Amino acid sequence: MLVELGHYALILALLLAAAQAFFGLVGPALGRERWLAAVPSAATGQFVFLALAAGTLIHAFVENDFSVRYVAENSNSALPLFYRVTALWGAHEGSLLLWALVLGGWTVAVVARLRFLPPMFGARVLGVLGVVSFGFLLFTLCTSDPFVRLIPAVPDGNDLNPVLQDFALSIHPPILYTGYVGFAVSFAFACAAMIEGRRDQLWARWMRPWTVIAWAFLGWGIALGSWWAYYELGWGGFWFWDPVENASFMPWLVGTALIHSIAVTDKRGLFKSWTLLLAVAAFSLSLLGTFLVRSGVLVSVHSFAADPRRGIFILGFLIVMIGGALALYAWRAPRMVSAAGFELISRESFLLFNNLLLVIAAAVVFGGTMAPLIADTLHLGTLSVGPPYFNPSFLTPIVPLLALLPLGIHARWRRGGLSDARGRLLVSFGVSAALALALVFGVYMHPIPLTPIGAVLGVWIILSSLLDPLDRLRRRLSVPPAILGMTVAHIGLGLFVLGITFVESNTLERDIALKPGGAAELGDYRFRFDGVDNIEGPNYEGLRGTITVTRHGEPVTVLHPEKRRFWVQGSVQTTAAIADGLHRDLLASLGDDVGAGAFSLRFQYRPLIRFVWLGALVMAIGGVIVVWGRRLRGAGWASAAERAPASGAAAPAPGAPGGAA
Amino acid sequence: MNTSATSAARFVLPLGAFMLLLVVLIAGLYHAPQKGIIVSPLLGKPAPQFSLPGLLDESAPLQAQTLRGHWSVVNVWGTWCAECRAEHETLLMIKQQGRVPIFGIDWKDDDDKARAWLSELGNPYERIGADREGRVAIDWGVYGAPETFLVNPSGTVVYKHVGAMTAEVWQQEFLSRLL
Repeated sequence: MLVELGHYALILALLLAAAQAFFGLVGPALGRERWLAAVPSAATGQFVFLALAAGTLIHAFVENDFSVRYVAENSNSALPLFYRVTALWGAHEGSLLLWALVLGGWTVAVVARLRFLPPMFGARVLGVLGVVSFGFLLFTLCTSDPFVRLIPAVPDGNDLNPVLQDFALSIHPPILYTGYVGFAVSFAFACAAMIEGRRDQLWARWMRPWTVIAWAFLGWGIALGSWWAYYELGWGGFWFWDPVENASFMPWLVGTALIHSIAVTDKRGLFKSWTLLLAVAAFSLSLLGTFLVRSGVLVSVHSFAADPRRGIFILGFLIVMIGGALALYAWRAPRMVSAAGFELISRESFLLFNNLLLVIAAAVVFGGTMAPLIADTLHLGTLSVGPPYFNPSFLTPIVPLLALLPLGIHARWRRGGLSDARGRLLVSFGVSAALALALVFGVYMHPIPLTPIGAVLGVWIILSSLLDPLDRLRRRLSVPPAILGMTVAHIGLGLFVLGITFVESNTLERDIALKPGGAAELGDYRFRFDGVDNIEGPNYEGLRGTITVTRHGEPVTVLHPEKRRFWVQGSVQTTAAIADGLHRDLLASLGDDVGAGAFSLRFQYRPLIRFVWLGALVMAIGGVIVVWGRRLRGAGWASAAERAPASGAAAPAPGAPGGAA
Repeated sequence: MNTSATSAARFVLPLGAFMLLLVVLIAGLYHAPQKGIIVSPLLGKPAPQFSLPGLLDESAPLQAQTLRGHWSVVNVWGTWCAECRAEHETLLMIKQQGRVPIFGIDWKDDDDKARAWLSELGNPYERIGADREGRVAIDWGVYGAPETFLVNPSGTVVYKHVGAMTAEVWQQEFLSRLL
């Protein structure tokens, strides 16, 4: 009964989304101000009903109601409670519901900040969000309904895919979706600005905090996914250029370009059309990603039409959303641009390069991800694209991007020249090169050609990012949150670059069959295999190996890699044992019994791999600092001067925009 | 900025690019179902002549002759292929049933990685040929991994499945043809 109520709640949410879209877009167009009042209520109501729908489904999972098909397919009574809840987004239907719920959450957040926007503009933003939500909910209800009953009910469920029974992967989708879906808000702001054909640049300021927060969540989500892949798959890899990963990485790259170009639009009124286009592109890629991956289109070229109904619906939705936004862009953007010049060596031009290189990088990933599909359509035959394509073609735009960063953050707005920063930049470069090369040739050794380049760039990005804040502190000036956030984010990038550089060039791996008592050497480390034990978990049984690691005879750690067989689905899963450390990880995974008491084992040494995720986390924290800092300083998400005249705030315009913006 | 014809065109460009992408997507959508049934020129014809060095045992190469005299399943895979990981369990299950031996063609892969993959996930294959350059896969008309062929005792290709093998496909398309 509850499940049916949930189903009705979802249908009501769909209707409310339609009302939100209609009143939000048609109201301002016809100038019916009284219609506008309905928009926030519809949006809030939509969220309430979405939450109800999700709540009933979670209830069905918790109560083990196997008369619901989705529950029967993705849960089991032996599954721990935590995973019964997170099983909600364990498959396609529930993921769509989560997507819609997250979008509802963002929409309500916009409603909460509505007083900072002109009423017409705010209504249009919500209207566009309503269109997105309507499309998603219609898709969910028509092709992927999670509330379908299974009659007769089965006694027990099919269990959640064992791979998903993991903490990081359970919280990964909500965080990733918060990022993905957050770009819908940027998209809605861009569309609203285009519908109004605004000539000012205030929309960029309004859009900015939403975009930065979405970007931070997306980065955090991607990092979580990568961390999960690392310890769960146990191959020691953390990034596979897999279509699923690429689908989240492309919006992140474009989003990174967007948060930089938005800064230029906000501060200088330049790059307007570019910012609009990036805002449309970031969300379009999110949509394309969610849909194509979720419907299995890109996972395998072949399953594109696995369910033709879904495929056709997806295409229709993409045409309406992306095609509509791009048509709006072609129509409105030309009259929104403003003329203002800047010199070749200025902050603006460096940010332009930043944008171009990031977009090229995203295009490279896009090309590689879509290549199999495109080649197939054009009958070009087999095309397999993997790391051999992605690594070099991705690094081509990224290495110059990293090299330009220290220069760009010291270039001044509008005016040319680096002259006053030149000395400090040279010194910081010299120090970085010395430090990095000492690290490359003194500590890690055995470099590949890219090692010194990556190491120098990583250290230089960190040191040069610190120059300006340190200078401010020295002069006893405060460091505004915008600068602090940017510095933190760039330090994160530097840590990330260092992590990637050393883990890619100095990893050691060894596959070996050992009998208990046998040992293998890996660099300074010695791995001794002490044998296996039988283990039993709540819904699996398996083997657990014991490996003692020593370094120069000193004990370092004991590793327990596992091999689990899940009862219900009968699938086997290996769980690598990882001894983590900031400077290195040691991994052991347990393979097959190769007879005579021996097991095949895999040992790995991965230096600085923690820096990869740490860097990604720090980058995201930088974004949060920028937005949070502005709020704490009382600047709000739009300062008083930019508030809607209708809101009654008649504060006089301050002389200069607050903070470094 | 003036809105001359050239700069106006600049703003239409993204829309144009998107339309082009749509064409690809739509073509993919309407084009795929026919391929789902798989029009392989190989169906009903003898499997191509080939010989591949053994991945696990150099002295046990995988050749056209290996497939003679008994039903065989030929599975094209690679460690770089995400779907192959997904179908691996099913292959192990097929091996456990013991009805038909599975022969693997390890496509465009690194031998060490492939061996590590097998020792970790288990080995469902009777024999594996290492197709390092991808030449043999071309002869088999492979255009993406994984692909799985059913070959009868006289060496004729009877069925081809594109994409990950599932218990359902195995039951409906492979086992039914064995009888």
